[in-house]
Amino acid sequence: MAYFDAASAEPMHPAAREALLTALEDGWADPARLHREGRQARLLLDQAREAVAAELGSRPDELSFTSSGTQALQLAVLGAVQARQSAARGPGHLVTSAVEHSAVLNSADWLERRTGTRVSTIGVDRLGRADVAELTAALEPGQTLLACLQSANNEVGTLQPVAEAAEACADSRVPLLVDAAASAGRMPVPAGWSLLAASAHKWGGPAGVGVLAVRKGVRWREPLPADDREGRRVPGFPNVPAILAAAAALTAISEEREDPDAALRALTARIAGQVPVLVEDAVVHGDRDRRLPHIVTFSCLYVDGETLVTELDRAGFSVSSGSACVADTRQPSHVLAAMGVLTHGNVRVSLPRAATPESVEEFLAVLPPIVARVRETVRVASSS
Amino acid sequence: MTPPLSSQARGAGSPGAPGSDVPALTLDALGKKCPIPIIMLADRIRDVRVGQTIAVLADDPAAKTDLPAWCALKSQEFVAAVDRPVGWSFLVRRSY
Repeated sequence: MAYFDAASAEPMHPAAREALLTALEDGWADPARLHREGRQARLLLDQAREAVAAELGSRPDELSFTSSGTQALQLAVLGAVQARQSAARGPGHLVTSAVEHSAVLNSADWLERRTGTRVSTIGVDRLGRADVAELTAALEPGQTLLACLQSANNEVGTLQPVAEAAEACADSRVPLLVDAAASAGRMPVPAGWSLLAASAHKWGGPAGVGVLAVRKGVRWREPLPADDREGRRVPGFPNVPAILAAAAALTAISEEREDPDAALRALTARIAGQVPVLVEDAVVHGDRDRRLPHIVTFSCLYVDGETLVTELDRAGFSVSSGSACVADTRQPSHVLAAMGVLTHGNVRVSLPRAATPESVEEFLAVLPPIVARVRETVRVASSS
Repeated sequence: MTPPLSSQARGAGSPGAPGSDVPALTLDALGKKCPIPIIMLADRIRDVRVGQTIAVLADDPAAKTDLPAWCALKSQEFVAAVDRPVGWSFLVRRSY
């Protein structure tokens, strides 16, 4: 029995749980008010902002808390592009990779439909790595209003060439949005971003806390009706206790980062090495070297991913399949499709920090008979 | 060119000629979700001779990625994906 879906949500860190309980006592009031309770909440919120900013490499005044990673990405894309659109320049141009989070792709699509912004989508190689040469060539100085690249892919774990992309963007004077949701709290945030987004539940904080940072000097305009909260970037009363818990988790894991990540890297390498040996016609996706420590994704021929996930769940293993974010649309994963690899029979294993070698061995023991059984069922169904 | 729908039907011309893109066999996987089109292809590819092509008609969008991916994994040659009024016709040449 084990929970292997940390890329969807890392179980809450004990430090977050503790901070959340304390903050429910001390940080419940409105931080915008001047009375004692309000000032106390404000103090806690500012401390959380400083802690998260320090971990993510931004200044506190550049950083706002949002209600999710998705909201952070939407505000980042819309706010950066709309701040640069003008009568002279027109609706402009946006560059994104094909394997970005659906929040980025949907925001790009929204801008294209509503304002006529042209969108260039950069391809990836078979390992899921964005093509920097293609990205560089797509930048149109004076026309491109924003480029978007994730720090790492949440489905296959491949790290993206953010440093090279940032250099190209700087040369063309194009701001770069880095979606660090998959890697924040696990690896340092790559330098060179103009806008940054992340999500607390992926590092062991609670759900409902996202991060949006806008570098000083980078143009950005609120895409929603004006509101005074969070540096005028995010509307509404922030959830101070959850934000404090998110900050506590991030601080705690950065202090203990080395060990769990090395251990997780070895465990995911073990799965990547063993699955093709134990399961006939199984293929592991993504870059095996330049990758996140906790994610390993593979596909098994002749089975469907949903059935595989259900059967693994029945055997006590919680994993995900395909593009977690768009799975209910029944479209193939846009990430796997962009990579040109098998989209069916897909399993993403993402290990939480507490994962043990024993649980991984147990998983490797239950997987082959489950795949064999599902293959038999599908084969019978297909011949009827 | 639209290949015939019947799974047993032979294409026009001389489908037997190795190297010809006229399918020697057409599989109808319309309305079937992946992985079923792939399973049908894997089951039947040995029914054509090496060098002959097999057409898979499918309309699951996943087939667009998965048929070429299967060919790459199995070292079979993916020839083309041809648009049809509904879905696509995927041409695969048996290489060994």
